[in-house]
Parts: sequence; C-alpha cells; structure tokens
Amino acid sequence: MLELRHRGSCPGPREAVSPPHREGEAAGGDHETESTSDKVSGAERGGRRALAGSWLEAGHLRARVGPVQRQETDIDDRYGDLDSRTDSDIPEIPPSSDRTPEILKKALSGLSSRWKNWWIRGILTLTMISLFFLIIYMGSFMLMLLVLGIQVKCFHEIITIGYRVYHSYDLPWFRTLSWYFLLCVNYFFYGETVADYFATFVQREEQLQFLIRYHRFISFALYLAGFCMFVLSLVKKHYRLQFYMFAWTHVTLLITVTQSHLVIQNLFEGMIWFLVPISSVICNDITAYLFGFFFGRTPLIKLSPKKTWEGFIGGFFSTVVFGFIAAYVLSKYQYFVCPVEYRSDVNSFVTECEPSELFQLQTYSLPPFLKAVLRQERVSLYPFQIHSIALSTFASLIGPFGGFFASGFKRAFKIKDFANTIPGHGGIMDRFDCQYLMATFVHVYITSFIRGPNPSKVLQQLLVLQPEQQLNIYKTLKTHLIEKGILQPTLKV
Amino acid sequence: MTELRQRVAHEPVAPPEDKESESEAKVDGETASDSESRAESAPLPVSADDTPEVLNRALSNLSSRWKNWWVRGILTLAMIAFFFIIIYLGPMVLMIIVMCVQIKCFHEIITIGYNVYHSYDLPWFRTLSWYFLLCVNYFFYGETVTDYFFTLVQREEPLRILSKYHRFISFTLYLIGFCMFVLSLAKKHYRLQFYMFGWTHVTLLIVVTQSHLVIHNLFEGMIWFIVPISCVICNDIMAYMFGFFFGRTPLIKLSPKKTWEGFIGGFFATVVFGLLLSYVTSGYRCFVCPVEYNNDTNSFTVDCEPSDLFRLQEYNIPGVIQSVIGWKTVRMYPFQIHSIALSTFASLIGPFGGFFASGFKRAFKIKDFANTIPGHGGIMDRFDCQYLMATFVNVYIASFIRGPNPSKLIQQFLTLRPDQQLHIFNTLRSHLIDKGMLTSTTEDE
Repeated sequence: MLELRHRGSCPGPREAVSPPHREGEAAGGDHETESTSDKVSGAERGGRRALAGSWLEAGHLRARVGPVQRQETDIDDRYGDLDSRTDSDIPEIPPSSDRTPEILKKALSGLSSRWKNWWIRGILTLTMISLFFLIIYMGSFMLMLLVLGIQVKCFHEIITIGYRVYHSYDLPWFRTLSWYFLLCVNYFFYGETVADYFATFVQREEQLQFLIRYHRFISFALYLAGFCMFVLSLVKKHYRLQFYMFAWTHVTLLITVTQSHLVIQNLFEGMIWFLVPISSVICNDITAYLFGFFFGRTPLIKLSPKKTWEGFIGGFFSTVVFGFIAAYVLSKYQYFVCPVEYRSDVNSFVTECEPSELFQLQTYSLPPFLKAVLRQERVSLYPFQIHSIALSTFASLIGPFGGFFASGFKRAFKIKDFANTIPGHGGIMDRFDCQYLMATFVHVYITSFIRGPNPSKVLQQLLVLQPEQQLNIYKTLKTHLIEKGILQPTLKV
Repeated sequence: MTELRQRVAHEPVAPPEDKESESEAKVDGETASDSESRAESAPLPVSADDTPEVLNRALSNLSSRWKNWWVRGILTLAMIAFFFIIIYLGPMVLMIIVMCVQIKCFHEIITIGYNVYHSYDLPWFRTLSWYFLLCVNYFFYGETVTDYFFTLVQREEPLRILSKYHRFISFTLYLIGFCMFVLSLAKKHYRLQFYMFGWTHVTLLIVVTQSHLVIHNLFEGMIWFIVPISCVICNDIMAYMFGFFFGRTPLIKLSPKKTWEGFIGGFFATVVFGLLLSYVTSGYRCFVCPVEYNNDTNSFTVDCEPSDLFRLQEYNIPGVIQSVIGWKTVRMYPFQIHSIALSTFASLIGPFGGFFASGFKRAFKIKDFANTIPGHGGIMDRFDCQYLMATFVNVYIASFIRGPNPSKLIQQFLTLRPDQQLHIFNTLRSHLIDKGMLTSTTEDE
C-alpha cells in the first residue's frame, strides 16, 4: 500500500523510529488507556521506543520485583529495563535505514528531501515493474521460483517481527523450528501440486512413486517430528514466549504459504490468471494514490488516515478499465492463455493449446443505454474480459482491506514497515499485503465459475484406487457419458 | 491426561498449587504477573467444585484425598458409560456429540484467551470469533456433506446450488468476517485485537480440523472412531495406574508427575488392549461397515459386506513366539495388525499432545482449561491427547487402507467439461485394459 509517510533521506536510527512513534502515538491514540493493566500503560506513557512495548516484557518486569513495592519500583525498573532494552535494540535496526544505492543519491542530491523521496519511490516502482516484465518473459518456471522466493522472504519478515516483539532471539531452537515448519508445509503443498502437474514425470521414477503414494503420511510424520521437538524444547522460563512464537509461526504459515500455493495453482491454469489479478492490484495501488494525491479530500478509514474516498473510488474505476484493457491485450497470446503443462519429452514447461472459448472473441450485443453512448450495435470481446471486471472489482474493493489489515498490524506492533528490503517502499510484505486476499479469490473464482476440479488430479486419484473400485467407477462413468450423449453406445474398444 | 494434581474439593484454588506457581514466577522471572493470576482467578467460577451435591454428601465421611480419588473415578466411569450409550445410539448422534465437543473446546480456549488478554470489552470480538467458527464449520461440513449425502443433495435444487458454489460461498462468508474485523479495529486496542484474531485462528485450526477428521474417520466405519479414542483413554488410565504403583523415574520436566514406568507400562497395556478391543469390535457389522446415507429410509445405515480387513485370517506365528504360546497359527483380523500401529501412536506420540496442553497451561498459568467436569477439568483437558490421534488415523486410512473416496471422485468427475470427461474415461479404460480388468469384448453393452 502506498502510505504517504515521508521518509527523510538519511535518517539516523533514532530519527527513523521516533517520528513514526509520534505518528503512532498520535494516530494510535492514548496508549495510557489501551491496556487494562495500568502497569503496561505506565511503560508506554513514558514515550519509550515502539518496539519495546510488549505485554510480555511488562509482565517480565513485574515478576522480578517483589509483590509489595510493585507499584512504585516497577516504573523505575521498567524504565531502566526499557532503557537498556532500547539501547540494545538500536543495533538490531539496520545501521542506516536508507538502502538507496549511492548512484541515486548522488543524482538526486540537489532536490529537496520531499521530492527526493518521491523520485526514489518512483524509480523503485519502475524497477519493480520492469523486473516483473522480465520474469514474465522468462517463463513460468522462473515465475514459480520467484513466487517461492517471495514467500520465503515474507515469512522471514513476519517471523523477524515476531522475534522483535517478543524479544525472543535467544529462545532455544526456535529459529530452527520455524524454518523447519516452513519446509514441512511447503513440502506438503508442493507435493500435492507437483504430483498433479508432473504426473508423467512422476510415473517414470520409482522412488517418486513411493513418495507420492504416501505423501500425506510422510508430510504428517515430518510435521509431527517438528511438533514433538517443540514440546521437548519447552523451557521452564520461556513457556509463554515459546507458545506465542509457535502460534505466530503457524498463523504466518497459514497466511503466506497457502497464498503462495494458490498463486502457483492459478499460474498453472494460465499465466493470464496470474498477471491480470496482480496487475489489477498494483494498478489500484498506484491509481488510488494518484487520485488521492490530486483530488483527495474525505478520509476513508481511521486506520489509514491518508487514504481518501476520492482515491478509493477513482482507483476502482481506473482499475476496472485497466483490467478490461489488459485482459483484451493478453487474451490474444497463447503464451498467456494456455494452461502450463509439463512435457516429459522436452523436460520443460510448455504453454501451447487451443485457446478455450473464454479466450475467443465473441460478439455481444450492447444493452440500449451503452448503445446510445458508444453508437455501436455490437462489440466483440473476449469473455475473459467480463471475468476481468469481477477480478478488478475485487482488487479495488476488497483488496484494500488486506492493506488495512497490514496497516493495523503495523500500528499494533508499532513498526513503520515490515522490513527495509526495498528502498523507499519497505519490505516485501509491504508490497504484497493487498495481494494477500487476491490470490485466494482468484483460485476460488476459477474453481467455482471457470472450471471444476483439476482433471489431472481426478485422473491421478482414479489410478490410485483398487481395481474393483476402478471398474465400478468405469461402469458408472460409462453410463453417465452415454446418457449425456458424449459417448456413443455402439463404440467398441 | 490424568495429571496427579490433587483437587481438594472445597477450596477455589488449591493453595499449594498457587504458591508453587507464584514462586516459580518469581524465580523464573516468568511472564504472568501476580495481578494477572489474581485477575484470572477472579473470572474463574465462584466455586471450583462442580461436584453434584449427591456425591458430596455420599463421600462426606472420607478424607479429602480419597474423596478426590472417588470423585475422579466415578466421573471416569460416568464418561465411559456415556461413551457407550452414544455409540449405541448411532452415527448421527455421534456426529452431533463431536460437534458439541468441538464447540465447547473452542469456547474454552477462547475464554482463556480473553482471560489472558483481559479483552472482555473488545468491540465485536466475541461475535467475530463465533462467526469465524461458524464459517469454518460451514466450509468443512459442506465439503463432507456433499460427498456423503450426494444423492440427497442432487435432488434438492437449493442444495445443489449451495454445493456447486460451496467454496465461493464459504470464502465470501469468511471475507465478510475479515472485513468486519478490519473495520472493527479500534484505536486503543489494535494489538489486543490482532492477538485475539491470531488466537481465534490457531484455535480454529486445532479444534475444527481435528473434529472434522474425526467425523471422516467415523464415516469410514465406527471402528475407526472407537478403537483410536479408546486406545488413548486406555493409555491415559493405564499410564496413570502404572505410574501410581510403580512410578519412579520422571519422564519430562514439563509434567513432573509422569514417569517412565507409567509411559512404558501404558504402552504395552494399550497395545494389548487395542488388540483385544479390535478383535471384539471387528465381529460386528455395525462397527465395521462404512456409514452410508440411505435415501429411501432417510437415515444412516451401516450394512455391508465386511471388507478383507475384517475377515478372520490365519497367520503363522513366528518361531520365537511359537515356542512360548505353543500354537502354530492364530486366527486374527488383519485390522488387529493395524490396531497395533494405532495403539503405538496413541501411547508414544499421543502423550505429546498432553505435554503440549500442559505446557500451554503452565505458560498461561491456568490449572485447567475450565471446570466443566468435576474432578477432571474442562473438556479440553480430556481431549488434549486425542488432538493428534484423529489426524493420524485419517492420514493412516488415506495412505494405507484405502485411497481417495470413490463417490467424491465420481462427483468431481461430473463437474468437469465433457472433453475432459472423455479424456479421463479413455485413459481409465486403457489403464483397465492394461491391467487385464477389462477386455475389449466386455465393452459390448
């Protein structure tokens, strides 16, 4: 989400954090009354560093002091501890939060800081978009790797935030366990998809056959091993922290890994199902920002004070138009429209097919009021463009809620950005927070309205059944197909 | 898990426990504060003793330790009897009971979350938690119902539409909840709300998925429901008994009252129990047959020809046991071999679910999840070991017993496009011909 928080060019570590903290205080309101426990509020009333405010820590301090003098000495201890913790926190943040390459800095050194910020964001946006185009050109396999890379980075960013919130760097085992769970869940999901799409490849290799057949069992066993390791690693002084990090890891996995796999499944359906939704979300971001910049007046939601209704609605209309046009342009090329298949002979992915009706031009008669406006009787469209309207609508109306969710998350944990990976923009999660819901929506949309379940998966499951069951199913299918007239009854062999 | 914390009947919070946890807190620098534990004890039920008056009077003469033993024992027997009654009543009632247990577990865990975060007055949050529970249940039940009630669903037009667009509808419902959550974020409560959101989702993940796997197992045949659950219960009780009589070496720091003797004794006892139980239950059709919904009678029937798993077969005893028992062969159900695997899991890995719950209770400084069952604690206390068992049984069935569900496959097939259907049909036919199941001449109608 393009949130208009001005980032100065070379902020020192303290500066980087204190403005947002003030913003956070102002926007987040009185944290004095946020917690029902006044001890924590005392800590936050001190205007201490954002990262230091955690329930855990306050409790930690409280427990150290004897019960009698809790009220008085706690505050001192709290400040003292917070002071020392804040000092130790400073090295955690990258020494300079400004990762802008030196070239850019020199080129822009003449401008004022506000415009410099604008230019940096603009240049990085264009860089990211060109990178996106480049990878599309390189093909589906590279796209898969890119999606995997982004997923791992998002996971890393969110887990790192969890560590900072809970100061749990020295929890025994926990880093290992988080990455292990990521590996397990990825193994489970990739195994499910790979088996479907690489069916021919898999049938050849004996070990792969074994892995596929008992895939669920193997994945479950791996997960169990991680679970038991977690239980065995529970250490007396760190129970709650460990449970929090366990839950944090699982929710993060739920969010990032499932989304990335749905993205890949959409990709296999046809690259257009990957490109159009993502571009719609990006377009909505950019156009909402521009509309808000030029016409913005009425605030949209208390959570993101810089978003406006004008930006929201303007972004909606431009995204629908953009989606419509992008769908028109992309529907012409087989490369984008065909399902991705793995061919065993060439050992690579191919996208060649007869485009389905969705991607064949059809003429629609216009409803009367549009007829008057456009002065045309009919128009030829790809049916996919009608679907793209639905996708763009979702991207502009519901997608922003993913952004608000991420904003709320950042305010809740008093962080300005998820990370500092991209200069001017923040972390990878900052860029992908709106995509969060889009991938799931596209996947559900495809399975509900475009096609049913994946045919190769159905076939694969059929082949796993017992022979008697297969025979029964064969007979049922045959009757059904004959009824429907798809199969001729006199057909032999 | 039968943890040997002695609950004294009349005191709200047993003082020794409390002091123990407080001193632990002081020594460890643990996280929860005294005020938190005080605050937690405030919302706890006024009297921690839910024992019915009847029992109280009957046992009033005994000393408190024995009274506790008796209360636990009587409640255990009551629960086991209840279990038998429900099995007798049939699959429908079982499904309803599973659903109720799930809702109660969810309620207990969410209540703990409220206690931990003092978040009773969060705007909207109770509504949202229950709403998410409803959504996820709708999604899961929709997926199972359409499989098993296929014919019923096809008959009714509204049900057909609901099942065709099921995923879309569920996703929309979930999205509404998500948007409501975002809109309900209130300035002073962001972190609390995110915590409760995360807490709700993890709870749903644990509780709802497990309960649906239980129901899947149930539909496979009631024996797949009865034997695993009984093995876990047996392991609990046996490990407790062995620990009580022979316990010496502590097992894990997390649960100081568990012992290696109890663990190993429980393991062997559970395996034997599982063998015996599966022998007994494999004889009855009502346990062994998959549950099916009969359109004509509009009810569940369990009537079928038992599969190979449930037919007695002769096995040769390996030489080493032959000399001990003196038999050459033994007649067993193949299912009994599987029951060994199930019992092994129940005794070796199941306890980890219990340790997880113990760690959770220690982490959040609570003695029990709730006070629903006198002498035992909440429903979650009883079901914490079952947590992993249901998933294991489901994965085991899917991997080793049968493949995917044929009726579900047919249903998926029918939603494909005609050209895809033809393609699959032809592939299947050539596959069957290859295997020799089908010859070209049998194609004649």
